[in-house]
Amino acid sequence: MTTVEKYVTAAYCVIFAVVLAYVVLISLKLQRLERDVAELERREAKTEDDERETVHVG
Amino acid sequence: METVDRQYRVPLPALAVASLICITVSLVIVFFVAPNDAVLGFSQKIFYFHVSIAFTAYACFAVGAWKAFRLLWKRDPRADLESYVAVHQGVIFGVLVLITGSIWAKYSWGHWWVWSEDELVLFLVLFLFYCAYFMLRFSVDAGPQRENFSAVYALFGVVLVPVSFLAIRLAKPFLHPEIFTRHGANLGGWMLVAYLVTQPSVLLLAYTLYRIELSGKRLDLRLRELRPA
Repeated sequence: MTTVEKYVTAAYCVIFAVVLAYVVLISLKLQRLERDVAELERREAKTEDDERETVHVG
Repeated sequence: METVDRQYRVPLPALAVASLICITVSLVIVFFVAPNDAVLGFSQKIFYFHVSIAFTAYACFAVGAWKAFRLLWKRDPRADLESYVAVHQGVIFGVLVLITGSIWAKYSWGHWWVWSEDELVLFLVLFLFYCAYFMLRFSVDAGPQRENFSAVYALFGVVLVPVSFLAIRLAKPFLHPEIFTRHGANLGGWMLVAYLVTQPSVLLLAYTLYRIELSGKRLDLRLRELRPA
C-alpha cells in the first residue's frame, strides 16, 4: 500500500467508525428511552384506573 | 399484534453491534484482503461500497412502496410511518450513491458527472422524485389524506427503480461498468467475496438506521399522547 492508499483507507475507517459509534450510542439511548416511556405509560394507566375506582355515584 | 411483533424483534443495540462487526469485517476484506483491480487500481475499491449502497437505496424505496401498498390495501395503521422512514432512508442512501459515484467517476473517467450517461441521469431523476415525496407529504396536514397521497406517490416512485437499474444494462457500454451479467459476475476470488460481504453489511446497517429512526418517531408519538392537554 502506498501512502496515499493508506490515507484513503484511514478515511474510510474513520467515516464508518463515526457512523457506527453514532448508531451504537443512539440505539442504547433509544432502548433506555423506550423503557422510560413504557414506565410512564404504565403509571398513567394506573392513575386512570385509580381515578375510576374512587368515583362515588349518588 | 404490536406486542407479538416486539417479542420477535431483534433489540436495537444487538442490531447496532451486528452492523459494527459486519462493516468492520467488510472494511478488512475490502482494503487488506481483496487485490487491487488490474485496470482501475486502488480506486476500484469504492465499487464495493458504491454498488452496495445503490442496491440498498433501491431496497429502501421498495420497502417504502411495500408499506405504502399495505396502507392502501389493509389500512395498516403503522404502515404510513414505516413507508415514510423507508423512503427517508432511501434518499439518504441515494445521496451516498451520488457522492460515491461522483468520486469514482472523477478518478476513473476524469469527470465528476457525465450528463450523456443515461444511468446517471435516471438515478438522479429517481432521487429527485423521492426528494419531492417530502414536499408533498409536508404540504398536507397529518391525517388519512396525507397518508393516502404519500402512499400513492411512494408506489408510483418504485416503478422508476427497475428503469434506473435496467438503464445500466441498456445503456451503451461507454463509461459505466457492468459487473453482473447474464453469464455471472465479472469479479472473481476475493473481489467477489468482498462484494458479497459488503452488500449484506450495508443492508444490515440500513436496516439498523431504519429501526432507529422508526423507534425515535414512535417514541415521539407516544410522548405526545402522554403529555397532558
